[in-house]
Amino acid sequence: MTDQIKYLLCLADNALILGHRNSEWCGHGPVLEQDIALTNISLDLIGQARNFYQYAASLSGADHNEDTLAYHRDSHEFLNTLLVEQPNGDWGVTILRQFLVSNYQYYLYQQLQHNSDVTLAAIAAKAIKEVTYHLRWSSEWVIRLGDGTTESNQRMQQALHLLWPFTYELLQPADYETGYIDVTKIKQLWQDKTNEILAEATLSIPNNSQPFIGGKTGAHSEHLTAILNEMQSLPRAYPNTIW
Amino acid sequence: MENVEQKFQDSVNAEIKIEPRNWMPEAYRKTLIRQISQHAHSEIVGMLPEGAWITRAPSLKRKAILLAKVQDEAGHGLYLYSAAETLGQSREQMINDLHSGKAKYSSIFNYPTKSWADIGAIGWLVDGAAILNQVMLCRTSYGPYARAMVRICKEESFHQRQGFDILLTLANGTPEQKIMCQDAINRWWWPSLMMFGPKDSESSNSDQSMKWKIKRKSNDELRQNFVDMCVQQVKVLGMNLPDPDLKWNEAKQQHDWGEIDWNEFWQVVKGNGPCNKERLEARRNAWDNGAWVREAAAAHAQKQKDKQKQQAA
Repeated sequence: MTDQIKYLLCLADNALILGHRNSEWCGHGPVLEQDIALTNISLDLIGQARNFYQYAASLSGADHNEDTLAYHRDSHEFLNTLLVEQPNGDWGVTILRQFLVSNYQYYLYQQLQHNSDVTLAAIAAKAIKEVTYHLRWSSEWVIRLGDGTTESNQRMQQALHLLWPFTYELLQPADYETGYIDVTKIKQLWQDKTNEILAEATLSIPNNSQPFIGGKTGAHSEHLTAILNEMQSLPRAYPNTIW
Repeated sequence: MENVEQKFQDSVNAEIKIEPRNWMPEAYRKTLIRQISQHAHSEIVGMLPEGAWITRAPSLKRKAILLAKVQDEAGHGLYLYSAAETLGQSREQMINDLHSGKAKYSSIFNYPTKSWADIGAIGWLVDGAAILNQVMLCRTSYGPYARAMVRICKEESFHQRQGFDILLTLANGTPEQKIMCQDAINRWWWPSLMMFGPKDSESSNSDQSMKWKIKRKSNDELRQNFVDMCVQQVKVLGMNLPDPDLKWNEAKQQHDWGEIDWNEFWQVVKGNGPCNKERLEARRNAWDNGAWVREAAAAHAQKQKDKQKQQAA
Protein backbone atom coordinates (compact mmCIF):
# COMPACT_ATOMS: atom_id res chain seq x y z
CA MET A 1 0.00 0.00 0.00
CA THR A 2 1.38 3.42 -0.92
CA ASP A 3 1.91 6.12 1.68
CA GLN A 4 -0.67 8.21 -0.10
CA ILE A 5 -3.37 5.57 0.38
CA LYS A 6 -2.28 4.95 3.96
CA TYR A 7 -2.54 8.62 4.69
CA LEU A 8 -6.01 8.89 3.15
CA LEU A 9 -7.14 5.88 5.18
CA CYS A 10 -5.77 7.44 8.34
CA LEU A 11 -7.78 10.62 7.68
CA ALA A 12 -10.88 8.61 6.75
CA ASP A 13 -10.67 6.21 9.69
CA ASN A 14 -10.29 9.06 12.18
CA ALA A 15 -13.38 10.74 10.80
CA LEU A 16 -15.43 7.55 10.58
CA ILE A 17 -14.64 6.21 14.04
CA LEU A 18 -15.24 9.54 15.75
CA GLY A 19 -18.44 9.94 13.74
CA HIS A 20 -19.47 6.46 14.88
CA ARG A 21 -18.81 7.27 18.53
CA ASN A 22 -20.77 10.51 18.31
CA SER A 23 -23.65 8.76 16.57
CA GLU A 24 -24.05 6.52 19.62
CA TRP A 25 -25.44 9.61 21.38
CA CYS A 26 -28.23 10.14 18.88
CA GLY A 27 -31.49 10.11 20.85
CA HIS A 28 -29.70 10.10 24.22
CA GLY A 29 -28.28 13.63 24.52
CA PRO A 30 -28.74 15.84 27.59
CA VAL A 31 -31.01 18.30 25.78
CA LEU A 32 -32.67 18.20 22.38
CA GLU A 33 -30.72 21.06 20.78
CA GLN A 34 -27.37 19.48 21.68
CA ASP A 35 -28.51 16.04 20.59
CA ILE A 36 -29.11 17.61 17.20
CA ALA A 37 -25.77 19.44 17.23
CA LEU A 38 -23.74 16.32 18.00
CA THR A 39 -25.64 14.28 15.42
CA ASN A 40 -24.84 17.00 12.92
CA ILE A 41 -21.14 16.75 13.72
CA SER A 42 -21.40 13.01 13.36
CA LEU A 43 -22.95 13.45 9.92
CA ASP A 44 -20.18 15.85 8.87
CA LEU A 45 -17.50 13.43 10.01
CA ILE A 46 -19.04 10.48 8.20
CA GLY A 47 -19.33 12.66 5.09
CA GLN A 48 -15.62 13.54 5.36
CA ALA A 49 -14.75 9.87 5.83
CA ARG A 50 -16.71 8.98 2.69
CA ASN A 51 -14.80 11.56 0.65
CA PHE A 52 -11.43 10.24 1.80
CA TYR A 53 -12.45 6.59 1.30
CA GLN A 54 -13.77 7.27 -2.18
CA TYR A 55 -10.52 8.93 -3.14
CA ALA A 56 -8.46 6.12 -1.57
CA ALA A 57 -10.58 3.53 -3.38
CA SER A 58 -10.08 5.24 -6.73
CA LEU A 59 -6.32 5.15 -6.20
CA SER A 60 -6.10 1.58 -4.98
CA GLY A 61 -7.93 0.18 -7.98
CA ALA A 62 -8.89 -3.43 -7.46
CA ASP A 63 -12.53 -3.75 -6.47
CA HIS A 64 -12.44 -1.19 -3.70
CA ASN A 65 -15.11 1.35 -2.92
CA GLU A 66 -15.97 3.38 0.18
CA ASP A 67 -17.87 0.47 1.72
CA THR A 68 -15.26 -2.22 1.18
CA LEU A 69 -12.78 0.06 2.92
CA ALA A 70 -15.09 0.82 5.84
CA TYR A 71 -16.70 -2.60 6.24
CA HIS A 72 -14.16 -5.17 5.10
CA ARG A 73 -10.96 -4.24 6.87
CA ASP A 74 -9.99 -5.68 10.25
CA SER A 75 -8.98 -3.77 13.33
CA HIS A 76 -5.23 -4.00 12.64
CA GLU A 77 -5.79 -2.42 9.22
CA PHE A 78 -7.48 0.69 10.64
CA LEU A 79 -5.17 3.67 11.01
CA ASN A 80 -7.18 5.99 13.29
CA THR A 81 -5.72 7.40 16.49
CA LEU A 82 -6.54 5.71 19.78
CA LEU A 83 -8.25 8.91 20.95
CA VAL A 84 -11.22 8.65 18.59
CA GLU A 85 -12.03 5.05 19.51
CA GLN A 86 -12.23 5.77 23.25
CA PRO A 87 -15.69 5.13 24.74
CA ASN A 88 -18.05 8.07 25.00
CA GLY A 89 -18.11 8.19 28.79
CA ASP A 90 -20.31 11.01 30.02
CA TRP A 91 -21.18 14.10 27.95
CA GLY A 92 -18.02 15.78 29.28
CA VAL A 93 -15.70 13.09 27.93
CA THR A 94 -17.44 13.20 24.56
CA ILE A 95 -17.24 17.00 24.39
CA LEU A 96 -13.60 17.11 25.42
CA ARG A 97 -12.63 14.39 22.92
CA GLN A 98 -14.41 16.36 20.21
CA PHE A 99 -12.57 19.53 21.16
CA LEU A 100 -9.16 17.84 21.18
CA VAL A 101 -9.77 16.28 17.76
CA SER A 102 -11.51 19.26 16.15
CA ASN A 103 -8.70 21.52 17.31
CA TYR A 104 -6.25 19.20 15.56
CA GLN A 105 -8.36 18.78 12.42
CA TYR A 106 -8.79 22.53 12.12
CA TYR A 107 -5.06 23.22 11.75
CA LEU A 108 -4.53 20.01 9.81
CA TYR A 109 -7.11 20.82 7.14
CA GLN A 110 -5.88 24.38 6.98
CA GLN A 111 -2.59 23.00 5.73
CA LEU A 112 -4.07 20.26 3.59
CA GLN A 113 -6.35 22.62 1.68
CA HIS A 114 -3.19 23.98 0.06
CA ASN A 115 -1.73 20.56 -0.72
CA SER A 116 -0.41 19.91 -4.23
CA ASP A 117 -2.73 16.91 -4.44
CA VAL A 118 -5.76 18.81 -5.71
CA THR A 119 -8.34 16.18 -4.74
CA LEU A 120 -7.05 15.99 -1.19
CA ALA A 121 -6.93 19.79 -1.07
CA ALA A 122 -10.53 20.03 -2.24
CA ILE A 123 -11.76 17.56 0.39
CA ALA A 124 -9.87 19.46 3.10
CA ALA A 125 -11.24 22.81 1.89
CA LYS A 126 -14.77 21.49 2.17
CA ALA A 127 -14.12 19.85 5.54
CA ILE A 128 -12.61 22.95 7.12
CA LYS A 129 -15.91 24.79 6.94
CA GLU A 130 -17.50 22.03 8.98
CA VAL A 131 -14.60 21.65 11.37
CA THR A 132 -14.59 25.39 12.09
CA TYR A 133 -18.07 24.95 13.51
CA HIS A 134 -17.12 21.75 15.39
CA LEU A 135 -14.23 23.56 17.01
CA ARG A 136 -16.35 26.53 18.00
CA TRP A 137 -19.15 24.37 19.37
CA SER A 138 -16.88 22.05 21.34
CA SER A 139 -14.72 24.94 22.66
CA GLU A 140 -17.83 26.68 23.97
CA TRP A 141 -18.97 23.51 25.69
CA VAL A 142 -15.57 22.81 27.25
CA ILE A 143 -15.64 26.33 28.71
CA ARG A 144 -19.27 26.05 29.81
CA LEU A 145 -18.74 22.73 31.58
CA GLY A 146 -15.34 23.60 33.04
CA ASP A 147 -16.61 26.90 34.40
CA GLY A 148 -20.19 25.81 35.25
CA THR A 149 -20.63 24.03 38.60
CA THR A 150 -18.30 22.26 41.01
CA GLU A 151 -19.59 18.94 39.72
CA SER A 152 -19.15 19.81 36.06
CA ASN A 153 -15.67 21.14 36.72
CA GLN A 154 -14.68 17.91 38.46
CA ARG A 155 -16.11 15.82 35.67
CA MET A 156 -14.22 17.81 33.06
CA GLN A 157 -10.99 17.58 35.02
CA GLN A 158 -11.43 13.80 35.20
CA ALA A 159 -12.17 13.68 31.50
CA LEU A 160 -8.96 15.58 30.84
CA HIS A 161 -6.94 13.08 32.90
CA LEU A 162 -8.57 10.25 31.00
CA LEU A 163 -8.01 11.63 27.50
CA TRP A 164 -4.79 13.62 27.76
CA PRO A 165 -2.46 10.58 27.31
CA PHE A 166 -4.08 10.01 23.90
CA THR A 167 -3.33 13.51 22.61
CA TYR A 168 0.37 12.79 22.06
CA GLU A 169 -0.49 10.46 19.20
CA LEU A 170 -2.36 13.23 17.38
CA LEU A 171 0.79 15.31 17.24
CA GLN A 172 3.32 12.60 16.56
CA PRO A 173 3.29 11.80 12.86
CA ALA A 174 3.45 8.28 11.46
CA ASP A 175 5.97 7.68 8.65
CA TYR A 176 3.32 8.06 5.98
CA GLU A 177 2.17 11.45 7.31
CA THR A 178 5.40 13.41 7.24
CA GLY A 179 5.33 14.29 3.56
CA TYR A 180 1.96 15.96 3.88
CA ILE A 181 2.07 18.30 6.84
CA ASP A 182 4.29 20.53 8.89
CA VAL A 183 3.65 18.85 12.23
CA THR A 184 5.76 21.26 14.26
CA LYS A 185 3.56 24.11 13.15
CA ILE A 186 0.32 22.24 13.83
CA LYS A 187 1.62 21.19 17.23
CA GLN A 188 2.34 24.79 18.23
CA LEU A 189 -1.05 26.06 17.08
CA TRP A 190 -2.85 23.13 18.70
CA GLN A 191 -1.08 23.69 22.00
CA ASP A 192 -1.77 27.42 22.04
CA LYS A 193 -5.46 26.95 21.36
CA THR A 194 -5.76 24.10 23.84
CA ASN A 195 -4.06 26.15 26.55
CA GLU A 196 -6.32 29.11 25.84
CA ILE A 197 -9.59 27.14 25.99
CA LEU A 198 -8.62 25.01 28.99
CA ALA A 199 -7.52 28.12 30.89
CA GLU A 200 -10.84 29.79 30.22
CA ALA A 201 -12.53 26.59 31.35
CA THR A 202 -10.44 26.71 34.57
CA LEU A 203 -9.05 23.25 33.88
CA SER A 204 -5.45 22.23 34.40
CA ILE A 205 -3.48 20.06 32.02
CA PRO A 206 -2.19 16.92 33.74
CA ASN A 207 1.56 16.54 33.91
CA ASN A 208 3.58 13.35 33.77
CA SER A 209 1.01 11.42 31.82
CA GLN A 210 2.26 8.41 29.92
CA PRO A 211 1.50 8.73 26.18
CA PHE A 212 -0.65 6.06 24.55
CA ILE A 213 0.36 5.59 20.93
CA GLY A 214 -0.21 2.92 18.28
CA GLY A 215 -3.50 3.44 16.44
CA LYS A 216 -1.95 5.13 13.43
CA THR A 217 0.12 2.00 12.78
CA GLY A 218 -2.75 -0.41 13.44
CA ALA A 219 -2.12 -1.25 17.12
CA HIS A 220 -5.55 -0.55 18.59
CA SER A 221 -7.35 -0.93 21.88
CA GLU A 222 -10.05 -3.58 22.27
CA HIS A 223 -12.61 -0.78 21.85
CA LEU A 224 -12.01 -0.69 18.11
CA THR A 225 -12.72 -4.42 17.82
CA ALA A 226 -16.06 -3.86 19.53
CA ILE A 227 -16.88 -0.89 17.27
CA LEU A 228 -16.07 -2.87 14.12
CA ASN A 229 -17.97 -5.96 15.26
CA GLU A 230 -21.03 -3.80 15.51
CA MET A 231 -20.50 -1.53 12.53
CA GLN A 232 -19.49 -4.26 10.08
CA SER A 233 -21.92 -6.93 11.26
CA LEU A 234 -24.34 -6.91 8.31
CA PRO A 235 -21.92 -6.71 5.37
CA ARG A 236 -19.77 -9.39 7.02
CA ALA A 237 -22.72 -11.70 7.68
CA TYR A 238 -24.03 -11.30 4.13
CA PRO A 239 -21.05 -10.75 1.84
CA ASN A 240 -21.53 -9.68 -1.79
CA THR A 241 -24.89 -8.15 -1.00
CA ILE A 242 -26.24 -4.78 -2.02
CA TRP A 243 -28.01 -2.73 0.66
CA MET B 1 -68.84 34.47 27.29
CA GLU B 2 -71.20 32.88 24.81
CA ASN B 3 -70.33 35.66 22.48
CA VAL B 4 -66.56 35.04 22.46
CA GLU B 5 -67.10 31.33 22.07
CA GLN B 6 -69.35 31.94 19.06
CA LYS B 7 -66.81 34.33 17.60
CA PHE B 8 -64.11 31.69 18.06
CA GLN B 9 -66.21 29.04 16.31
CA ASP B 10 -67.04 31.51 13.51
CA SER B 11 -63.32 32.03 12.92
CA VAL B 12 -62.74 28.30 12.83
CA ASN B 13 -65.63 27.84 10.40
CA ALA B 14 -64.30 30.66 8.22
CA GLU B 15 -60.88 28.93 8.11
CA ILE B 16 -59.20 31.81 9.92
CA LYS B 17 -56.28 30.38 11.93
CA ILE B 18 -56.43 30.68 15.70
CA GLU B 19 -53.27 32.34 17.01
CA PRO B 20 -51.70 32.20 20.49
CA ARG B 21 -53.10 35.59 21.60
CA ASN B 22 -56.64 34.90 20.41
CA TRP B 23 -59.31 33.86 22.86
CA MET B 24 -59.94 30.12 22.79
CA PRO B 25 -62.05 27.72 24.86
CA GLU B 26 -60.07 26.13 27.69
CA ALA B 27 -60.94 22.66 26.34
CA TYR B 28 -59.55 23.60 22.92
CA ARG B 29 -56.30 24.70 24.55
CA LYS B 30 -56.10 21.51 26.62
CA THR B 31 -56.87 19.27 23.67
CA LEU B 32 -54.14 20.94 21.63
CA ILE B 33 -51.56 20.76 24.40
CA ARG B 34 -52.33 17.07 24.83
CA GLN B 35 -52.20 16.35 21.13
CA ILE B 36 -49.17 18.48 20.20
CA SER B 37 -47.10 17.33 23.17
CA GLN B 38 -48.03 13.73 22.42
CA HIS B 39 -46.93 14.32 18.87
CA ALA B 40 -43.64 15.87 20.04
CA HIS B 41 -42.99 12.96 22.41
CA SER B 42 -43.63 10.54 19.55
CA GLU B 43 -40.91 12.21 17.51
CA ILE B 44 -38.45 11.99 20.38
CA VAL B 45 -39.26 8.43 21.48
CA GLY B 46 -39.41 7.50 17.80
CA MET B 47 -35.69 8.32 17.52
CA LEU B 48 -34.87 5.30 19.66
CA PRO B 49 -35.94 2.26 17.59
CA GLU B 50 -34.33 3.67 14.45
CA GLY B 51 -31.38 5.21 16.25
CA ALA B 52 -30.46 1.72 17.38
CA TRP B 53 -29.47 0.88 13.78
CA ILE B 54 -27.30 3.93 13.01
CA THR B 55 -24.15 2.18 14.23
CA ARG B 56 -25.12 -0.96 12.26
CA ALA B 57 -26.29 0.59 8.98
CA PRO B 58 -24.90 -1.67 6.23
CA SER B 59 -23.35 1.03 4.02
CA LEU B 60 -21.94 4.49 4.62
CA LYS B 61 -24.62 6.04 2.43
CA ARG B 62 -27.41 4.34 4.39
CA LYS B 63 -25.74 5.39 7.61
CA ALA B 64 -25.62 9.04 6.58
CA ILE B 65 -29.24 8.97 5.43
CA LEU B 66 -30.44 7.32 8.63
CA LEU B 67 -28.50 9.78 10.79
CA ALA B 68 -30.04 12.68 8.90
CA LYS B 69 -33.47 11.15 9.26
CA VAL B 70 -33.26 10.59 13.00
CA GLN B 71 -31.87 14.09 13.38
CA ASP B 72 -34.88 15.42 11.47
CA GLU B 73 -37.10 13.74 14.03
CA ALA B 74 -35.33 15.55 16.84
CA GLY B 75 -35.95 18.76 14.88
CA HIS B 76 -39.64 17.91 14.52
CA GLY B 77 -39.80 17.36 18.26
CA LEU B 78 -38.37 20.84 18.74
CA TYR B 79 -40.88 22.57 16.43
CA LEU B 80 -43.72 20.76 18.13
CA TYR B 81 -42.59 21.50 21.69
CA SER B 82 -42.31 25.14 20.62
CA ALA B 83 -45.82 25.06 19.12
CA ALA B 84 -47.17 23.61 22.38
CA GLU B 85 -45.30 26.24 24.40
CA THR B 86 -47.32 28.94 22.65
CA LEU B 87 -50.31 27.50 24.50
CA GLY B 88 -48.69 28.15 27.87
CA GLN B 89 -47.15 24.77 28.68
CA SER B 90 -43.38 24.68 29.35
CA ARG B 91 -41.18 22.14 27.60
CA GLU B 92 -39.89 20.95 30.96
CA GLN B 93 -43.42 20.24 32.16
CA MET B 94 -44.21 18.30 29.01
CA ILE B 95 -41.04 16.24 29.39
CA ASN B 96 -41.86 15.55 33.04
CA ASP B 97 -45.31 14.34 31.97
CA LEU B 98 -43.73 11.99 29.45
CA HIS B 99 -41.34 10.59 32.04
CA SER B 100 -44.04 10.13 34.68
CA GLY B 101 -46.23 8.25 32.21
CA LYS B 102 -48.94 10.91 32.34
CA ALA B 103 -48.42 11.91 28.71
CA LYS B 104 -48.57 9.36 25.93
CA TYR B 105 -46.67 8.93 22.69
CA SER B 106 -47.46 6.88 19.62
CA SER B 107 -47.63 3.19 20.55
CA ILE B 108 -45.89 2.18 17.35
CA PHE B 109 -42.54 3.01 18.92
CA ASN B 110 -43.07 0.34 21.54
CA TYR B 111 -42.31 -2.32 18.96
CA PRO B 112 -38.74 -3.57 18.48
CA THR B 113 -36.44 -3.06 15.47
CA LYS B 114 -35.05 -6.55 15.00
CA SER B 115 -33.45 -6.33 11.57
CA TRP B 116 -32.20 -3.77 9.07
CA ALA B 117 -35.42 -4.29 7.09
CA ASP B 118 -37.32 -2.79 10.02
CA ILE B 119 -35.70 0.55 9.21
CA GLY B 120 -37.21 0.27 5.75
CA ALA B 121 -40.59 -0.84 7.07
CA ILE B 122 -40.70 2.05 9.55
CA GLY B 123 -39.99 4.53 6.79
CA TRP B 124 -42.54 3.06 4.41
CA LEU B 125 -45.38 2.10 6.76
CA VAL B 126 -44.94 4.11 9.95
CA ASP B 127 -43.88 7.35 8.28
CA GLY B 128 -46.42 6.66 5.54
CA ALA B 129 -49.21 6.45 8.10
CA ALA B 130 -47.88 9.50 9.93
CA ILE B 131 -47.83 11.54 6.71
CA LEU B 132 -51.53 10.98 6.06
CA ASN B 133 -52.28 12.31 9.49
CA GLN B 134 -49.80 15.17 9.18
CA VAL B 135 -50.93 16.33 5.75
CA MET B 136 -54.37 16.74 7.27
CA LEU B 137 -52.84 18.66 10.17
CA CYS B 138 -51.21 21.21 7.84
CA ARG B 139 -54.73 22.66 7.68
CA THR B 140 -55.47 22.36 11.38
CA SER B 141 -57.16 25.38 12.96
CA TYR B 142 -54.35 26.35 15.35
CA GLY B 143 -51.81 28.46 13.45
CA PRO B 144 -48.50 27.48 15.10
CA TYR B 145 -49.38 23.78 14.89
CA ALA B 146 -50.37 24.04 11.22
CA ARG B 147 -47.17 25.88 10.33
CA ALA B 148 -44.98 23.37 12.19
CA MET B 149 -46.74 20.62 10.23
CA VAL B 150 -45.97 22.19 6.86
CA ARG B 151 -42.25 22.02 7.61
CA ILE B 152 -42.52 18.53 9.03
CA CYS B 153 -44.44 17.16 6.03
CA LYS B 154 -41.72 18.20 3.62
CA GLU B 155 -39.17 16.14 5.51
CA GLU B 156 -41.47 13.23 6.17
CA SER B 157 -42.00 12.51 2.51
CA PHE B 158 -38.23 12.11 2.17
CA HIS B 159 -38.32 9.72 5.13
CA GLN B 160 -40.98 7.61 3.54
CA ARG B 161 -39.09 7.42 0.25
CA GLN B 162 -35.87 6.36 1.95
CA GLY B 163 -37.76 3.61 3.79
CA PHE B 164 -39.36 2.36 0.61
CA ASP B 165 -35.99 2.47 -1.12
CA ILE B 166 -34.44 0.28 1.60
CA LEU B 167 -37.22 -2.27 1.15
CA LEU B 168 -37.03 -2.14 -2.64
CA THR B 169 -33.30 -2.87 -2.49
CA LEU B 170 -33.94 -5.82 -0.18
CA ALA B 171 -36.84 -7.05 -2.31
CA ASN B 172 -34.53 -7.14 -5.34
CA GLY B 173 -31.71 -8.72 -3.36
CA THR B 174 -30.67 -12.17 -2.18
CA PRO B 175 -33.14 -14.79 -0.88
CA GLU B 176 -32.12 -13.89 2.69
CA GLN B 177 -32.84 -10.22 2.05
CA LYS B 178 -36.25 -11.02 0.61
CA ILE B 179 -37.13 -13.01 3.73
CA MET B 180 -35.89 -10.14 5.90
CA CYS B 181 -38.07 -7.74 3.94
CA GLN B 182 -41.26 -9.79 4.14
CA ASP B 183 -40.70 -10.49 7.84
CA ALA B 184 -40.45 -6.78 8.61
CA ILE B 185 -43.62 -6.01 6.64
CA ASN B 186 -45.42 -8.80 8.51
CA ARG B 187 -44.46 -7.38 11.87
CA TRP B 188 -45.10 -3.67 11.12
CA TRP B 189 -48.32 -3.91 9.11
CA TRP B 190 -50.85 -4.34 11.89
CA PRO B 191 -49.24 -1.92 14.35
CA SER B 192 -49.20 0.64 11.50
CA LEU B 193 -52.96 0.25 11.02
CA MET B 194 -53.36 0.80 14.74
CA MET B 195 -51.57 4.17 14.45
CA PHE B 196 -54.80 5.80 13.27
CA GLY B 197 -56.36 5.12 16.65
CA PRO B 198 -59.59 3.42 17.67
CA LYS B 199 -62.51 3.01 15.28
CA ASP B 200 -64.58 6.17 14.87
CA SER B 201 -67.39 4.55 16.86
CA GLU B 202 -65.01 4.12 19.83
CA SER B 203 -63.00 7.34 19.60
CA SER B 204 -63.86 9.64 22.47
CA ASN B 205 -62.14 12.87 21.37
CA SER B 206 -62.94 12.82 17.69
CA ASP B 207 -66.26 14.68 17.34
CA GLN B 208 -65.20 17.79 19.19
CA SER B 209 -61.82 17.87 17.41
CA MET B 210 -63.60 17.73 14.05
CA LYS B 211 -65.90 20.57 15.05
CA TRP B 212 -62.90 22.69 16.06
CA LYS B 213 -61.16 21.64 12.84
CA ILE B 214 -58.18 20.35 14.77
CA LYS B 215 -58.87 17.13 12.89
CA ARG B 216 -60.38 17.09 9.44
CA LYS B 217 -60.62 13.42 8.69
CA SER B 218 -61.75 10.62 10.95
CA ASN B 219 -59.54 7.75 12.10
CA ASP B 220 -61.36 5.30 9.84
CA GLU B 221 -61.16 7.56 6.79
CA LEU B 222 -57.40 7.97 7.20
CA ARG B 223 -56.95 4.25 7.80
CA GLN B 224 -58.87 3.51 4.60
CA ASN B 225 -56.63 5.88 2.61
CA PHE B 226 -53.58 4.19 4.07
CA VAL B 227 -54.70 0.66 3.18
CA ASP B 228 -55.63 1.65 -0.37
CA MET B 229 -52.25 3.34 -0.81
CA CYS B 230 -50.18 0.44 0.59
CA VAL B 231 -51.94 -2.20 -1.48
CA GLN B 232 -50.64 -0.44 -4.58
CA GLN B 233 -47.15 0.13 -3.23
CA VAL B 234 -46.58 -3.40 -1.96
CA LYS B 235 -47.03 -4.65 -5.51
CA VAL B 236 -43.96 -2.64 -6.55
CA LEU B 237 -42.03 -4.44 -3.85
CA GLY B 238 -43.37 -7.83 -4.92
CA MET B 239 -44.16 -8.54 -1.26
CA ASN B 240 -47.41 -9.34 0.55
CA LEU B 241 -49.44 -7.61 3.22
CA PRO B 242 -50.13 -10.14 5.97
CA ASP B 243 -53.92 -10.11 5.89
CA PRO B 244 -55.91 -12.93 4.23
CA ASP B 245 -59.09 -10.83 4.41
CA LEU B 246 -57.64 -7.90 2.48
CA LYS B 247 -59.53 -7.56 -0.79
CA TRP B 248 -60.99 -5.06 -3.23
CA ASN B 249 -64.61 -4.11 -2.59
CA GLU B 250 -66.16 -3.28 -5.95
CA ALA B 251 -69.26 -1.63 -4.51
CA LYS B 252 -67.25 0.63 -2.15
CA GLN B 253 -64.41 1.15 -4.65
CA GLN B 254 -62.07 0.65 -1.72
CA HIS B 255 -60.34 -2.22 0.02
CA ASP B 256 -61.75 -4.20 2.91
CA TRP B 257 -59.40 -5.63 5.47
CA GLY B 258 -59.38 -7.99 8.43
CA GLU B 259 -60.13 -7.15 12.03
CA ILE B 260 -57.41 -5.32 13.94
CA ASP B 261 -56.41 -6.97 17.23
CA TRP B 262 -57.83 -4.25 19.49
CA ASN B 263 -56.80 -6.14 22.57
CA GLU B 264 -53.17 -5.77 21.53
CA PHE B 265 -53.78 -2.10 20.74
CA TRP B 266 -55.09 -1.35 24.24
CA GLN B 267 -52.41 -3.46 25.92
CA VAL B 268 -49.65 -1.42 24.25
CA VAL B 269 -51.43 1.86 25.07
CA LYS B 270 -51.58 0.77 28.70
CA GLY B 271 -47.85 0.17 28.80
CA ASN B 272 -47.69 -3.55 28.17
CA GLY B 273 -46.15 -3.52 24.68
CA PRO B 274 -42.89 -5.26 23.88
CA CYS B 275 -40.67 -2.19 24.49
CA ASN B 276 -42.69 0.32 26.55
CA LYS B 277 -40.42 0.00 29.57
CA GLU B 278 -37.18 0.22 27.60
CA ARG B 279 -38.30 3.29 25.67
CA LEU B 280 -39.34 5.27 28.73
CA GLU B 281 -36.28 4.16 30.63
CA ALA B 282 -34.02 5.31 27.78
CA ARG B 283 -35.69 8.74 27.78
CA ARG B 284 -35.52 9.07 31.56
CA ASN B 285 -31.86 8.03 31.60
CA ALA B 286 -30.96 10.53 28.90
CA TRP B 287 -32.67 13.27 30.88
CA ASP B 288 -31.27 12.28 34.28
CA ASN B 289 -27.73 11.73 32.99
CA GLY B 290 -27.89 15.12 31.33
CA ALA B 291 -28.98 16.98 34.48
CA TRP B 292 -25.42 18.03 35.41
CA VAL B 293 -24.87 19.33 31.88
CA ARG B 294 -28.00 21.48 31.94
CA GLU B 295 -27.13 22.75 35.42
CA ALA B 296 -23.59 23.63 34.35
CA ALA B 297 -24.84 25.46 31.25
CA ALA B 298 -27.27 27.49 33.37
CA ALA B 299 -24.59 28.27 35.97
CA HIS B 300 -22.12 29.39 33.31
CA ALA B 301 -24.74 31.59 31.63
CA GLN B 302 -25.52 33.21 35.00
CA LYS B 303 -21.83 33.87 35.68
CA GLN B 304 -21.47 35.53 32.28
CA LYS B 305 -24.48 37.70 32.97
CA ASP B 306 -23.11 38.75 36.38
CA LYS B 307 -19.77 39.62 34.79
CA GLN B 308 -21.44 41.80 32.18
CA LYS B 309 -23.43 43.56 34.88
CA GLN B 310 -20.26 44.24 36.88
CA GLN B 311 -18.54 45.62 33.82
CA ALA B 312 -21.49 47.85 33.03
CA ALA B 313 -21.63 49.19 36.61
